Amino acid sequence: MATIHVDGKQYEVNGAENLLEACLNLGLDIPYFCWHPALGSVGACRQCAVKAFRDENDKQGRIVMSCMTPASNGTFISIDDEEAKQFREAIVEFLMTNHPHDCPVCEEGGHCHLQDMTVMTGHHSRSYRFDKRTHLNQDLGPFIGHEMNRCISCYRCVRYYKDYAGGTDLGVYGAAANVYFGRPEDGTLESEFSGNLTEVCPTGVFTDKTHSERYNRKWDMQYAPSICESCAVGCNLSPGERYGEIRRVENRYHGELNGYFLCDRGRFGYGYTNRKDRPRQPLVAGEVVTRETAIAAATAALKGKKVLGIGSPRASLEANYALRGLVGAEAFHDGHALGDAALVQLALAIVRDGPVRASTISEIEGADAVLVLGEDPTATAPRFALAIRQAARGKGKALAAEKKLAEWQTIALADLLQRDSYPVFIASVDTTRLDDIARATHRAAPEDLARLGYAIAHAIDASAPAVSGLDAATAELAQTIATALASAKRPLVVSGTGAGSPAVLQAAANVAWALKAKNDATGLALSLPEANSFGTALLGGASLEAALTQIESGAVDTLVVLENDLYRRAPQARVEAALARLKHLIVIDHQATPTAARAQVVLPAATVFEGDGTLVNYEGRAQRFFQVFDPTYYDNKIGLTESWRWLADLEARSAWKILDDVTAACAQALPALAGIVAAAPGAAFRIDGLKVAREPHRYSGRTAMRANQSVHEPRQPQDPDTALSFSMEGYNGTGSLDRPPELTPYAWSPGWNSPSAWNKFQQEIGGSLRGGDPGKQLFAAGAGKPYFGEVPAAFAPRGDAYRVLALHLHFGGDELSSRAEPIVKRASPAFVAISRADAVKSGVNGHATLAIDGAQLRLPTYISDTLPAGTIGLPAGFAGVPFFVHGALATVSGG
Amino acid sequence: MSATSQDNVIKLADLVGRPAAKPEPFVLSDAEKHEIEHELTHFPDGRAASIEALKIVQKHRGWVPDGALEPIARMIGIGAAELEGVATFYSLIYRQPVGRHVIKVCDSITCFLVGYDEIKATLERTLGIGYGQTTADGRFTLLPICCIGACDKGPALMIDDDLHTDLTPQNVVGLLEAYP
Repeated sequence: MATIHVDGKQYEVNGAENLLEACLNLGLDIPYFCWHPALGSVGACRQCAVKAFRDENDKQGRIVMSCMTPASNGTFISIDDEEAKQFREAIVEFLMTNHPHDCPVCEEGGHCHLQDMTVMTGHHSRSYRFDKRTHLNQDLGPFIGHEMNRCISCYRCVRYYKDYAGGTDLGVYGAAANVYFGRPEDGTLESEFSGNLTEVCPTGVFTDKTHSERYNRKWDMQYAPSICESCAVGCNLSPGERYGEIRRVENRYHGELNGYFLCDRGRFGYGYTNRKDRPRQPLVAGEVVTRETAIAAATAALKGKKVLGIGSPRASLEANYALRGLVGAEAFHDGHALGDAALVQLALAIVRDGPVRASTISEIEGADAVLVLGEDPTATAPRFALAIRQAARGKGKALAAEKKLAEWQTIALADLLQRDSYPVFIASVDTTRLDDIARATHRAAPEDLARLGYAIAHAIDASAPAVSGLDAATAELAQTIATALASAKRPLVVSGTGAGSPAVLQAAANVAWALKAKNDATGLALSLPEANSFGTALLGGASLEAALTQIESGAVDTLVVLENDLYRRAPQARVEAALARLKHLIVIDHQATPTAARAQVVLPAATVFEGDGTLVNYEGRAQRFFQVFDPTYYDNKIGLTESWRWLADLEARSAWKILDDVTAACAQALPALAGIVAAAPGAAFRIDGLKVAREPHRYSGRTAMRANQSVHEPRQPQDPDTALSFSMEGYNGTGSLDRPPELTPYAWSPGWNSPSAWNKFQQEIGGSLRGGDPGKQLFAAGAGKPYFGEVPAAFAPRGDAYRVLALHLHFGGDELSSRAEPIVKRASPAFVAISRADAVKSGVNGHATLAIDGAQLRLPTYISDTLPAGTIGLPAGFAGVPFFVHGALATVSGG
Repeated sequence: MSATSQDNVIKLADLVGRPAAKPEPFVLSDAEKHEIEHELTHFPDGRAASIEALKIVQKHRGWVPDGALEPIARMIGIGAAELEGVATFYSLIYRQPVGRHVIKVCDSITCFLVGYDEIKATLERTLGIGYGQTTADGRFTLLPICCIGACDKGPALMIDDDLHTDLTPQNVVGLLEAYP
């Protein structure tokens, strides 16, 4: 602790921070540009100047940069000092000499840190009357717009993109007053985390291109606290809506999960909700019908019939639970793909019942030795990957501590670190997007990855099962990794369901458990197939395999499919045959899927942006997402509602009036889910008698928004389900101590319109949100578990039958985001990967014809120098790649 | 208003985003590669050889073409963006073709006090070019340079690697004759 004196007042601070951070923590505003909570201090912009005094008697003082000055005990500073104020105003004026006066046409306007800071310093009229320097802009691909004239040279973009995110294709060129930030030449930014540039940049150089085409000011959009559905991490989002469309997704700060940063799939993948081809009205036999007709048709298909239900890991717990209620617990089936349900159950057993709990993203960032087993986290749990990069870089902080340097001295840390890092070992089926930071990589088939994992666990703890017949090189690698992990202070094991192999998961668990016996700070992070994988696993339905078997036997009359496309879950021929045996198929979904096309009754469901619900992420954290807007306000013909409402209506279940009723019923019925009620405050919650406003208080044009349909302004939509209002009326301050962190639709605080406003919601800058980070952990501390003991046999190539391995890619594999146009543009076309030797052997050149699970297809080939012999790799979930089960075999021929 | 042909209207879209002609792939010569490889052996981190590698290519070609960045960066083990950052930071790494001889006129404070502006004006008039430009015959490129350490003998300039001091508008023109 340290005592500092600011403008004659005394404050207690922690003493490890710099003055800027300390003052922001105290709620004192100092303008700044180049400093960022996640990027540290470089002292480049000179904006955060304050006056420092030797002691209380010093009246002279001197100007210092608050971001570069430690908040040590006995510091006397003044923010209000006249000279410091003039200095800060002069700096903004200086930055402004080259900044265009284009705020009215600039997309950053209204959520611009530069605007906020300019207002904060009081600079309001310019004396510079000469030409401004101008630059040409670059085409940076489908996500990011580039407008270099607005640059104030704070270097945040390259510090984020290169140093933080490990990107190599964004640089800074030139010197002095002629500095350019961009790529070496036009082209798409390669990093999967490029979208964060739009928030990191304090002005409008990097803006969201997907928003550009349907632009609105920040204050003119309606928001809700939302959760990303593109993987199981559960990053918190702040989506903005206007005129019935989602128009932009921004990061919603979460201290333990996403922090300040999202991946591009999560940020730019929202377009599926705006698609014109979505079912928005109920359909019976392909014809649009009323809600009542649809319910009558569905009820007739259900009544007295043998009914099965298939749920969905991309639907909310409430929706899945409502389906379970409709069809009965025995007839409810888990919606995971064939093979995945068992993997998810295994992952659940490891994380919930084992001795090592799942690490948060911020805990991953703090690891000092990492083993990645069987995953490419950049694709399967992207936020893991960005966090692992911070773990590797984290050695800089340890080196700094040895030299008694503060952690926020970013440049000094980088100079100390050079190319050194904490060790990251990556064992995977083929190259990953994290290989550039790997101390060592190992490529093998899943069985052999598992064998490596088992061997590492055995090397750490001799009581873990040993692996026989390991070749010398692999045994040596296992020993190297074991030594690095065992000697680390905070070792971490990252694995998941991506390799499609239970053995890989078991081996990863063994490594983590072996470490845990020696080191309590051991971490474990398992990626899962989908956003609500753990939620559906906790509901405990039978597998899709069981459902298909029953349907194939002809014992089922009616199948109800909830937010699921069976063609992505099982081979096409099997799905076709199964569906043909049904008398009735009812599909509740928000996308026009091939499964919905086969249904007699299609009930249009709300997307995550149009309804409320609860998801359980990879840690077992239940998080509530909230409806952003009511689509029926703009078009009363729209007949979509949350899936649970459809299901409650089908059952004529009158007890379920609002979401809280379903959540409570689910929590009561399933003890494992008892915590979900506490994931967020219920509909009755109020702050000083007010709901929380979804719209900023400056929201404009509300009365005219529907004037093209009728000049009579309708009543604003009411929201019985949540404590949020579809209005600018309601609480939107940051001052109330009662404000729950789960109910923050967007970042705003007086004077802070940009994402920097999050500092007003945090307990301490860059730490947890006030009131604790959102969500409710469902898993209690696990007990010790015996080691898994089924060491698999080594993979042996089987002549002409190639083992098909799932390759995961960041863009194009995820079902919902790959329905969004900019993601499609960014995704590569489908391909088949084959090792060089196998390509020669099978005569593959340019294209290959595959026969897999009864399907034939022809794909361009990618010759891999790392893929194990006897295997081929197919991009999982891609358009043009049929579903295949884990361990499937394929024949390959050229041409 | 006269009938303007649609073809005469220049649209903004025509000026921006026009795809550049695909350049020939750039190949480093064996001599360049050999010298860069030799330079890399001097440093534990190849990044430290960035400037020397750029200077090697400039020595052979007179300047560093765009296409050279990628192959040099690959040899060093960094991204082309990082190398371009180095290349554009240093004003004596030329990223555009220069003349056979480069005149670097000192414009620092001491030379400024003792008649730099007349030297500059004389050179500009004689050569018919300004800073950053090259004579039509490709003989001279004119650039400013900050202090070259000859403050006691200013005004001063360099032509290629030669230092010339105590300049006057009269003697500076004659100097050029030594550089064909």
